[in-house]
Amino acid sequence: MQARIPVEGNDVLAAVRGFLRRLLEEKVVDGVLVLMETPSGSVIPALVADTALLDAADPLAPVMGLNAARVVGPVSIREPRGRVAAVLRPCEYRALIELVKLQQASLEDLVTVVVDCPGAYTVPDYGAVRADGGVDRAALLEAVQRGELAPQDVYALRDGCQMCEKPHAEGGDIQVELFGADLSAGIPISLPDELGKRLGLDAAEADDRRAEVVEKLVAARTKVRDERFAEIRGRLEKEGVEGVFAACVRCHNCMTTCPICYCKTCLFKSPIFEHEPIQYMNWAQRKGAYRLPADTVLFHLTRLNHMVLSCIGCGVCTDACPADLPVARVFRAVGHEVQAVFEYVPGRDVEEPLPLITFREDEWSEVGEER
Amino acid sequence: METTDFEPKIVAFLCNWCTYTGADLAGTSRIQYPPNVRIIRLMCSGSVDPTYVLKALLDGADGVLIGGCHPGDCHYQSGNYKARRRIIALKEILKQSGLEEDRVWLRWISASEGQRFADTVTQMTEFLKEKGPNPMRREWAV
Repeated sequence: MQARIPVEGNDVLAAVRGFLRRLLEEKVVDGVLVLMETPSGSVIPALVADTALLDAADPLAPVMGLNAARVVGPVSIREPRGRVAAVLRPCEYRALIELVKLQQASLEDLVTVVVDCPGAYTVPDYGAVRADGGVDRAALLEAVQRGELAPQDVYALRDGCQMCEKPHAEGGDIQVELFGADLSAGIPISLPDELGKRLGLDAAEADDRRAEVVEKLVAARTKVRDERFAEIRGRLEKEGVEGVFAACVRCHNCMTTCPICYCKTCLFKSPIFEHEPIQYMNWAQRKGAYRLPADTVLFHLTRLNHMVLSCIGCGVCTDACPADLPVARVFRAVGHEVQAVFEYVPGRDVEEPLPLITFREDEWSEVGEER
Repeated sequence: METTDFEPKIVAFLCNWCTYTGADLAGTSRIQYPPNVRIIRLMCSGSVDPTYVLKALLDGADGVLIGGCHPGDCHYQSGNYKARRRIIALKEILKQSGLEEDRVWLRWISASEGQRFADTVTQMTEFLKEKGPNPMRREWAV
């Protein structure tokens, strides 16, 4: 059903907190996984069981340090577990769907609350914004209502957010539909009828401007995305993948923060890449010189092969890179094409099998038969 | 281009049941084929991790051949169908990353197709001689 979370005195944040509190009070869930502001002012996800602590919940904080799907896995993966409402950005929800397919998270006992996302700053930029007097929430929500990006006049949004063409809530159990809404009249949400009744929400008309606003926002973001794709493809062609990733120090931060890269026994952390000293000399003599640390291009190309079909484009890899490499731009640009080959959209549908674990006998029948 | 004395190096990952046996048949049948191929036997084409192919290419192999059973003939029922998708993805990733995807060949060669194995290696060697050496062979910053 469509409903509205009542808003008093234009305080949208208080209204969202109130809604989350109701989920706990009505015992719909045992805990809420949501962004919280720490006493020191940082914003991090936490699993909140005490309603009183929800005063520090800040699900609309425009900062993204990690993809929260990473932390939904551990709280949901197996029984016994609590029932959890996870408040997620659309990219986090899509990552969660991929993790469920990879058997690293479970949707059982989970209520996903997907919130329209106006974009976020990096952790350092968010710190700087706060030091400059804090985020102008009113301006942020106004931009959201008009279907625009969050204000970027001083600090730019995360690279991943700037090129995100799927910022609107789609899928999940509950959608919080901020885009295009007159929030003073209540926050439009879409949720299962039974849950709406249980929370005492009355049916309300959906905001008819949403579709128009989302369309405008998606078009603007897609334009940015395609410009970035063209730019990075040009670089890949001109400099080669080894040129684009030349400054990689193989810290594995991109892999560590990637919500999809879950392998506990990653090949690149294994002894396979602890080569014998003489091996390096052999390579150096063969090529004249051998870049160190070794296997950096192999690392990125392998990661592309292992996860790019599931890349949902959150961009945390770029944020995590100490060498400021355009990791997400490469992965998104390559992923866009590879996903198209398999007509696969990561995060779209939990029932849609991962392309590399399924097959059809009658597909690509010409491949391998060349004479 | 000086292709006359260039002898390409091909790393071949062959499945135990079909293509490796096919290569063996080529040998026992005394069928001649170029000595440019280095064969690595695996249990199944489905066990070829893209990393194996990438490592060979980045270290300067001029070509990588992946050989498996014809569709429907996999000893493990579906390994070759999965290999097919994985190699299609790998080749698209190589292409999108600005690398030469045509250095990677996937071929279904059965245990009875000794001649087809020899023909494939001959074709691939000629193709790579024409194409020239893998630039990664001299690229130190990879």
